[in-house]
This record gives sequence, C-alpha cells and structure tokens, in this order.
Amino acid sequence: MPKLPMTWLAESVALGSATPEDVAAALVRVGLEEEGIHRSGVEGPLVVGRVLSVVPEKQSNGKTINYCRVDVGEHNDPAGPGHAPDDGIEYPTSRGIVCGAHNFAAGDFVVVVLPGATLPGPFPISGRKTYGHWSDGMICSSKELALGDDHDGIMVLHSAGGGEDLGYDPAALTPGQDAIELLGLGEQTVEITVTPDRGYCFSIRGAAREYSHATGQPFTDPAGLTLTGKTGNGFAVELADGAPIRGNDGCDRFVARILRGFDPTRPSPAFMQRRLTQSGMRPISLAVDVTNYVMLELGHPLHAYDLAKVTAPIVVRRAWAGETLITLDDQKRKLDPEDIVVTDSVGGHGKRAIGMGGVMGGLDTEVSETTTDILLEAAHWDPITIARTARRHKLGSEASRRYERGVDTALAPAAIERALSLMVEYGGGTIEDVYTDVNNVAAREPIVMSADFPARIVGIEFGEGEVVESLRAIGCEVSVTTELKVTPPTWRPDLREPIDLVEEVGRLHGYDQLPSVLPVAPPGRGLTHPQKVRRSVARALAESGLTEVLTYPFIAPARLDELGIPADDPRRLTVALANPIAADQPLMRTSLIETLVDAVKVNVGRGAQDVAIFEVGRAYKADGSGAAPRPDAFKPPTEVELKELDAALPAQPRRAAGIMAGHRVLPGWNAKGEPFEWTDAVAAALTVARVAGVEVEASAEPHMPWHPGRCATYRLADGTFVGHAGELHPKVCETLGLPKRAVAFEMVLDPLIAASEDRIVVATPVAAQPLAKEDFAFVVDASVTAASLVAVVRKAGGDLVEDVRVFDVYAGEQVGAGKKSLAVNVRMRAEDHTLEPDEVLGVRNAIVAAAAQELGAQLR
Amino acid sequence: MTDSVLSPLDADGVAAAVAKAASAIGVATTLDDLKDVRIAHTGDKAALSLANRQIGGLSPADKAVAGKLMGQARGAVTAALEARQAELEAERDARVLVEEAVDITLPATRGLSGARHPLETLQEAMCDVFVAMGWEVAEGPEVEAEWYNFDALNFDPDHPARAMQDTFFVEPASGAKTAESGLLLRTHTSPVQVRAALERRDALVNDGRGIYVVCPGKTFRTDELDATHTPVFHQIEGLAIDRGLTMAHLKGTLDHLARAMFGADAVTRLRPSYFPFTEPSAEMDLRCFVCGGEDAGCRTCSGTGWIEWGGCGMTHPNVLRAAGIDPDEYTAFAFGMGIERTLMFRHGVKDMRDMVEGDVRFSQQFGMEL
Repeated sequence: MPKLPMTWLAESVALGSATPEDVAAALVRVGLEEEGIHRSGVEGPLVVGRVLSVVPEKQSNGKTINYCRVDVGEHNDPAGPGHAPDDGIEYPTSRGIVCGAHNFAAGDFVVVVLPGATLPGPFPISGRKTYGHWSDGMICSSKELALGDDHDGIMVLHSAGGGEDLGYDPAALTPGQDAIELLGLGEQTVEITVTPDRGYCFSIRGAAREYSHATGQPFTDPAGLTLTGKTGNGFAVELADGAPIRGNDGCDRFVARILRGFDPTRPSPAFMQRRLTQSGMRPISLAVDVTNYVMLELGHPLHAYDLAKVTAPIVVRRAWAGETLITLDDQKRKLDPEDIVVTDSVGGHGKRAIGMGGVMGGLDTEVSETTTDILLEAAHWDPITIARTARRHKLGSEASRRYERGVDTALAPAAIERALSLMVEYGGGTIEDVYTDVNNVAAREPIVMSADFPARIVGIEFGEGEVVESLRAIGCEVSVTTELKVTPPTWRPDLREPIDLVEEVGRLHGYDQLPSVLPVAPPGRGLTHPQKVRRSVARALAESGLTEVLTYPFIAPARLDELGIPADDPRRLTVALANPIAADQPLMRTSLIETLVDAVKVNVGRGAQDVAIFEVGRAYKADGSGAAPRPDAFKPPTEVELKELDAALPAQPRRAAGIMAGHRVLPGWNAKGEPFEWTDAVAAALTVARVAGVEVEASAEPHMPWHPGRCATYRLADGTFVGHAGELHPKVCETLGLPKRAVAFEMVLDPLIAASEDRIVVATPVAAQPLAKEDFAFVVDASVTAASLVAVVRKAGGDLVEDVRVFDVYAGEQVGAGKKSLAVNVRMRAEDHTLEPDEVLGVRNAIVAAAAQELGAQLR
Repeated sequence: MTDSVLSPLDADGVAAAVAKAASAIGVATTLDDLKDVRIAHTGDKAALSLANRQIGGLSPADKAVAGKLMGQARGAVTAALEARQAELEAERDARVLVEEAVDITLPATRGLSGARHPLETLQEAMCDVFVAMGWEVAEGPEVEAEWYNFDALNFDPDHPARAMQDTFFVEPASGAKTAESGLLLRTHTSPVQVRAALERRDALVNDGRGIYVVCPGKTFRTDELDATHTPVFHQIEGLAIDRGLTMAHLKGTLDHLARAMFGADAVTRLRPSYFPFTEPSAEMDLRCFVCGGEDAGCRTCSGTGWIEWGGCGMTHPNVLRAAGIDPDEYTAFAFGMGIERTLMFRHGVKDMRDMVEGDVRFSQQFGMEL
C-alpha cells in the first residue's frame, strides 16, 4: 500500500507543523486507514566526509582493501599517527577507515558513518581493528543506508575527478556536515491503506487532496502543469480491441510522445532515488526511475520504450491464442486471448507483442543503458481487463494495482509532460512537439441528485450549500437547478449514482458529527423455537459434563474408511471443495463424529485421560442439484429462480454429537471411579430428545462406526430417523487411535425440533390417589430387547400404568442358554380412586398374558 | 421386706416400690439400662404390676382406695421413665452428631465438568442484546449459492473476493477444480441478510413491518490457520430496513451494542471505508476499553486507543433492489463483526488456534456463560 514521504506530500498540500501521526490521523477521518509510520532506521552520527588519501593494500585472500584517511570535520582525530596499530605515519587531522570499494578517489565527497551510529538492520557501528588497521567507521553504500540496491560501490556525493557521482554541488558540502538531513534520512513516511474505490489515492496527488479535505489546508495539484506541444501525427498508434470485456474497450486512451538525445548514462538525482526507495521501489536508471516517480506522484503509470527498437504503428489488441511475450522480469508469458497487448509492427502490422497493457512491458523494447531516444507511453486501461490479466498471470504490478482501481482518464498528457521534463532536466534531450493522443474516453453523464438526499441517508441536516460545496471540493462540477446535476471528476470512476455522492458529503462533514439515535424495531417474539431448543440442547449437554468444541468441517476421504462407513452408505455423498485449504481434506463432513474424533485425539495427545466433548453444528450431504443459477443481480429473483437456487444446495442438517472416553465418575478417595459406558451415550442421546420435548423409539441396529451389538438407532413415532448412540466399534477406536471403549452419540436436531414446533402441551391433572406397584421377572429369548418388553407391558397395562422401569437384567445358568431374565417394576395409579386388589390383579394378568403371547415371555 | 407380694393397700410398701423405681431410673445412664429398668419396674413381674393385679379381688371400698394409690404410684414411675428417656435420647443424639462429623473439605465425588464454547456463548450474548430490542435472529445455509453470497450483495463479477484464492468453491459435478457450480462456502453471513429481506419483504411492503434482523453464524475463507487467522470463523451481522433509517440510527445501534458488551462507558467511532454492499460504508472502532486511549504501550489496542471491531454502512440500493425492496421508499443499514476477534480482545485470547483445536481446557475457562 502507498507510502507517503512527508516532504513529498508537503509539495502538494500545506502540512505546516503536522507530524506523521497527525497526517495519519487526518487521513483516517476521510477514509484512508493508517498502515504504519516508517522511519529510515539510520541513527547518527552519519556525516559528509572528504577523502584525503586512499592506499590500496593487497591481502593474502586476494582481496584489495583501501586504507583511507577521511576528513570528517569536527569528528576528526587530531593530527598524528592515528589509533593503534601505529604504522609510523603522521596523518593530518582526519579519521582512518578501511574500505573494500574502489569507485572513489582522494578528493571525493562520501558518506561516513561513525562509531556509535546504527544502520538499518539494525547494525550498530563501532570502531574495530581490521586488516592491520584501526577502522574508525564506515564509508557507506546506498544499500547500507537502505536508500537503494547498489552495493557494488559506495555513495559518491561528488567526484573530484569527474567520475560517476550523485551530482551534489561540492560547494554545498562540508566535511562533518550531518548527512542524515542531507540524504533525507530523517524523513518519515506515512503508509496508508487504500480501499478499492479510491484508486487515485495511490499517489501523492490523491493523498494530498484527501489531506486537504480532512484539514482544509490548501491543495496544489501537481498535475496542474502547463502542457507543451500539440497533439497530431506523432508515433502512430491504433486502438483495435476486437473483443471488449463486458462492453469496455481494453484501452480507451493512448498518449505517446518522443524524447530524443537523452543521455542514458546520467544517474537519477539523489532525491528521486531516495523517494523511490522510501516508497518501496528500487531505483534502476534515470529513465525508468522518472516513470516510476511520476506514477508515485500523480498516480498515472507510464512506460518508456527504446524508440529505436519499436516499429510503427503500435497496435493495441487482444492477444492471439498461443502468442507469447517475454516480460521485463524475464519471464516468458503465454498470453490469453483475454489479455490486452501492446504490439508493434515488426514482421507485419501489429504482429509483435511488446507489452501486456497496463500490467508489464516487454523485454525486447525496454530502455537500456544505451537508449538515447525514448518513446513514452501514458495509456488508460480498462480496470476489468487489467484485473483479470494480473490475476490470470499472478502478476500484480504497481501499474496493474492502479489500473484495476481506476486511473484518471484526463491525466495522461500531464503525466507525460511531467516525466519528459524530469528526463530532460536530469538527462538532457529534446521533447518532440507533436505527440500522439488517441482518445476514445466517453464523456461522463452527470448524476442527478436531489439536494436533500444526503441528509435523508446520513441523518445530518446538510444544507444545499454544504452539499454543493463538498461535491465541488472533491472535484465535481455541480449545476444547481431544482435538483443537483453532478459531474464527477475524471479521477473518480467510483462515483456513479447519487448514493456514491452521499458518502462524499458525509465523510467530508465527518462521521464524528453523526448523532446517535437508537431505532425502534417493531415488537418482537424473541428467539424461535429451533433457536431456543438448540441453546437448551447445548446447555443440557454441557451441564451433564460434556465440553463444547467447534471442529473444522473438512475431512479426508480416508476418514470415511477409518470409520468403516460402507461404500454404498449415503454418508459417502460428500460435498467436495474445488479448492480445499488442505489438499488432503477436500470433503465436507457428512456427520459430526467424523471431525469430533480429531478433537478427542488432541485432548488425549495433551494428556487428558477422561474426555467428554460435544458439538452442535451442521453436516453436509450432496443431495442438491449441485449447480446454482445466477439470476440477474439488479432485480429480485423470480419464485422459480429462488427455488432453483435452494434446490442446488446440499442438505445441511444441524446435528448434536458427542464422544466420551475414560471415566464418567473420576477415581477418588471414596470411589474407584466409573468408566463411560454405552449407557452414557444413550443417556446423552435421550437428553437431546428430552430437551427437544420429543419421545423417541430405540431399536438395536448395527451402524458404523458403532459396535454392531451396542448401537441404538432412534426414530420418531412416525419412523423418521433421528440418531444413534452406543459404544464405538473397537476397530474404529484402534484405527483412529481413540481410547478403548469410547462411546458416542449423534442426533439430527432438525426433525426433533420440527416434531415439537408449534406443539402446545395440554396438561393432565396430577393424580393424588395412592400408587400400586407390581414387579415381574420375565424370562425371554436373549434377542428380545428391553424396549420391546417395556412397550408390550405399557400397552397391555393400559391407562392405569403410570411408569414401567427395568430394574434387573440377568443371563446365566438359572434361566438357561439363549435366554435372559428381564425384571420390570410397573407403577399403577387411577385418577379418581384407590386401586382395588382385583383391578391390580387384572392389570397383572393382562401384562403376563401379552408378554407371553407377543414375546414368548415366561414369568420366572 | 420379704419376697412376699406387695398389697395394693400397703401405702408405705407402694411408696417404697416407687422410690426404688425412681432410684433405678436415676442411675440408668444408657437407653439400654433404662429399658431394663422399665421392665423391672413396670413389666409384668414388677412389684407394682403384681400389686395392681390384686385390685380385682378387693372389696369395692378397698378397690377405690387401692385404685387411687396404685394409679398415682404407677403414673409417677411412668413419668420418671419418660423424663429420663427424653434426657438420654437427647444425650445420645448429641453424641451421634459429634461422632458423625466428617472432613467436609474432602473433594466431592467428581464427574467431568462440562462447558459451552465461548464463541457460541458470545454469539448468543450478542444476539440477546438485539432480541431484547425486538430484533429477530435470522439464519441461513453455510454452503450457499454464489448469487446470495456475491451477486445479490452488489459484488462485481470481477471483484477479487470472488477469486478462488479467497473463497472456497464447491466442486462441480464434473470434478473440475473451478467455481462453475455456483456454490461456495459463504464468506460472510451477509447472504442471510438477503434471504431475510426476501422472506420479510411482503410484511414490510404490505404491513409496514420494518425488518430488523441479526444473522450469526459460521463463515469460511481460504486463510491458513495461524495466531490471527482461521479458515472457519464466525460473524454476527445486523440488518435494519425501514422507512427513514439513517446513519444516525446505525451509529445508535452500534453504540447500544458496544455499551451492552463493554459497559456503559463504551465509545465507538465510524470512519469512511468501502464495501460493495454498503454506501456510504464505514469501519467501526471501539475506544480501547482497557486503556481508554491513555496508554501508548497498551497491548489490547497497540497503543492506538481504538480497536477495529467491524464494518458497517447504509445498505447499497442495489442490494435492496435484489431483494425486491424499493430503495427510494426504504433505507437500510447493516453492520457486521467477527466473533473470534471480539472474543480475542474482550477476553484477552492471544492465539486463535486455542479456539479451534478442540482442547477442552480452553472452553472450560469460560464455563456456561461469558
């Protein structure tokens, strides 16, 4: 995101005594968030030095180092032999420094960092003995000061012998002078975050304008230049987009202008290199640096071609299938027919691609150290085309970042003017008077808005005057009749309809001025039944000792195998992700157990011996059409479209599931502990049903991943499946590394909740008559379940039966092989009288008879 | 005195028997002793009992005298027995209570302690603030149609959020690794706003019943799990559609939520921002409730004095149009915030991984309510 050097910003808006923090705070108010405030990382003393003597010394490792005496003014040592080791030479007042670079000579002005200073890294500097000398500091390269990438040589501010230097005037340099100020290293930069609608703020120009809006300080447009030259037959350019995307030409403006006689050997001025570096860009060469500098300043990307390497005409078109281009970063790119390309006419009209428009130029035609004639391009590219190309090629550039968000359509001539004049100023040459401007930019229609609309949306009574003033301040042309006719400025493509203008008026007024008014909603009905039941289920499970966890719903295909889920099981109808976060977990879970086992393992792995966890969440089953329509977004979808949308979705039932392992009652001083058993899973499942207010019927049916002989299946009275509970299959525990005898339950909440929705419990009177109790011990086949016996007993007992409780189960010699004894306690009560012995006997006989007839049960 | 039978008319003898009984009662120190005394002095073979039995053989005149004498004598013995019984029982009860004392500080029989997950209880707490104002809690699917998640929310077809590097797309039937199914894991709870608006549109248009809903739930983005990111997270969003709603109502609603969650002194601020589905859009910050903006070294707000809490704005007219609601007649506001983030700064959670790994020790710190 853009980094704004304070002095650069100050060239376009009055900052006064504002600190970087003040600037950031002001920009936040108008919508540019602070990303950070950066300092150079250089702590002095960092001073200008004049090299007095350079003595090359060849070392045993083959390297040649220079022992230099440097005049650093007030920081000099007195005349004499210098620090030990004493080489017996009387030096003038100066300091001794060992330097490995060779691009300087005696008499040159350089930058010296002295002991006690810190360079970016941070690297603290101290004097030290090296190569047989005492080195009392360091002569700095631009890289060491984080000012650039050049590490081959040190920074020569001025070369006494006319060698390559940074162009500083020696008359203005004094040994010992503070170089932090000189190099702008004391300067701070404010980094801001720019939202996608504010592309123009990717520039000093845009940020300065916003600072002016925030503070009222006067803004000077850096693009407000006097334009030279005239449009006409410059370098021939044709815009020939044969396949506009969404109705927009890939390029609707192309300005090209020629500079001849430029000296490519001239370096970029130090301020420019410094500002580029501060802005996060690398100085490269004067021509390239100028294009980047102007882009940072004005927000308009530019591209410089070596005129000698380009053959007219330039044709802008969509790429051909199979066409390739080697871009500036030396990558060979296979172009897509949706990419917009700049071509020239080497080998035929528009035959050779020389750049990916608005994204990156081509290697063949780039400016080099021998380029003397430059063709400078400033074009306006379609945001959608650029966004798609940048994304397709994973090639986000400074240019594409700006074009994606929208660049000022009127700025190209000024950007060219600014860039060419900088090139001429620092590298010489002559700008051609006539230049090319192919301009197909459509004129913008004014937005018609009622003057009270902003007040109606924002809730602040702006007068018409303030509305008009604010819109003009951001660059709109406003004509006032009964309504406002507002033509947004060319740099605000995001302003398209009245609501967009409302935001401008609101933010300039300041959101800190908003009144705080609590709206009154219509009287409500609270949570819905499903919402209440889900909360109660979670609370009841937690109260019963289980801890709620939230697991990721992603699984590996192997998880279904690990759980022993058969190949034809509906749980294999998984929803798959096209781009999972972990390539080995591309599926969505079809039950919560599938992911809960991981949480059990996390806890066990961290030393827990007793684990009881639950989750209330969704599982997913790919039973929808799997292909959703895309209705027109700007009108309400039809009933048919809505149905198709929902029909595409997979089923996503809410479930409650848990796994328990270890102890239910922990071993202690008074108890040896009780392990979790299948009954605990059953109790939890029944808790879920009870909280939902629904009776469920249990049956014994094998179902993976449960133990085939210890798995209950629950259904509603109408047969609707609602869940399972029991002990997990020993093989599953072994495969997944779960504690042995782990138990689990999983209940489908939606049908349970639906069964009690809208149901109003009708109370039956609480009978005060005495209770009669009868016990029965039946011998039945081992296969007869307790649930079936209880059901028979209840039915046979009729209305007098209040409750039936199983109180003993026995299998063994006394009842014979293949048999078991089930003992039940039947509690009876009449509403209106004390039961007579005959009545009790009648119930007893009916129960015994029914049990015998329906289940073959014999009284013991 | 000999072993001869006591006469019911022998006043002195009877008095002596009573005195003897009283003496025995007095020296009985246990309930068992007293039981023996009772048998010895009131049992069938006791002197007084035997004397009493002779009354039947006496003359009517003697019967009256003897009856009175014996009645008083036996009554006195019974009363003494009862009194002593009560004394000894009280002594025994007191002794038993002392003997039964335990070390009441021994640990109770322990089962596992359960807990809710704080992301869930925090969501519920935030929903409750709105339910108390009459708002409804709306919900929707997690695997959602792209239309609800993006198109209906005014996301341009080329919006970067639609790229596969940000959004989980459901694989189409062809198995291609593309977004062509039109189905995705919702990237925010905003599609529920569209669903809620569509469902309630008729009540709004026909009955003038304003739409006020909050939408909590699970959301997904393709971020790798680290200390501050998780691919599966939770949001709560609010949407109000009514006649005459303005940003001032948005501000009022957020202020109320902030005070409900962070105390009466909570302060919010809005600053301009951008979202496709709101215009004007704003970021909502909470004045740091730890340092109040007074501590440059504050860890909660990094010294800025403000905590970024969520995004908000006036619902874009295009979103209302997609839901069949006329933006010239109704205005709307919306806001949303991350539950994870809220939990992190409200409760000092340093690492998001603690929330998602399923270690029960994390949830157990919070118990049943936040």
